[in-house]
Amino acid sequence: MGLDQRFVGRAYPPTDPYEVGREKIREFADAVGDPSPVYRDPAAARAAGHPDVIAPPTFAFLLSVRANEVIVTDPELGLDYGTVVHGDQSFEHHRPIRAGDRLVVTAHVDAVSSRAGNEFLTLRSEVTTEDGEAVVTARTMLVARGTADSPAAAEAEGVTA
Amino acid sequence: MSRLRVSEVSSGTVLPELRVRVTREQLVRYAGASGDFNPIHWNERFAREVGLPNVIAHGMFTMAQGARLVGEWAGDPGAVIEYGVRFTRPVVVPDTEEGALVELTGKVTGVDETGVARVTITARSAGQSVLGKAVARVRLAD
Repeated sequence: MGLDQRFVGRAYPPTDPYEVGREKIREFADAVGDPSPVYRDPAAARAAGHPDVIAPPTFAFLLSVRANEVIVTDPELGLDYGTVVHGDQSFEHHRPIRAGDRLVVTAHVDAVSSRAGNEFLTLRSEVTTEDGEAVVTARTMLVARGTADSPAAAEAEGVTA
Repeated sequence: MSRLRVSEVSSGTVLPELRVRVTREQLVRYAGASGDFNPIHWNERFAREVGLPNVIAHGMFTMAQGARLVGEWAGDPGAVIEYGVRFTRPVVVPDTEEGALVELTGKVTGVDETGVARVTITARSAGQSVLGKAVARVRLAD
């Protein structure tokens, strides 16, 4: 079963605001084992030029996953989520996410393709403040292994994580 | 801690290596903090049933280690203006005290006229590269 090509170019309505808390940032920084004081100490963050504690560079993934859920679970798209692995991820930071931000996410489908029996879905999350200030652009490429019409082996791509 | 200056960096500058021990406990902690409760990251029985050699780390956990490598070098993780990776192989995490070792290195592969350094990152575990095309762009201080 192929993914529905008509999804390419679709944009979804903005999510409800996510309020970034100091303690959530601390919890995330602890979980990834990153000891930087700018994630924990407002004075250290201000000394580095930030208005409040900032979030680690990969924190925005928490927001984009929520925003992408409406796409990946849409039965019309035809994604078999049990076969999906995370292929690529990138973040473009227009500015660091910081405590106190109220962020909304607009999810976009940038590309749908298939190659060597695998299907590739490229999603983009535009993370902005409620007032429309651009904060982060996150791009996620998901791979559905061995689900395209071609019988070629999924292992050909070597994508596993 | 202040942000690295453009005068301190040039193409070929090597970042201090980062060696990270990844244990099951950390994966459970990351699952909780991130909301990614996929059982392949904490349930060995499930991981083996779906054909994995053992529990594997979240790709985003490994990606975060690269962000730490670059952020610590830059003196401010807020200096990381772009960061992207490809997840090429999983970090397999056995149920031991030591867990898995991930070794990260970085090298500056360019500094542009606006004071932005391009850093190419490598991440290895069990002798194999676990991130591909791992590149960060870092805004240096004047």
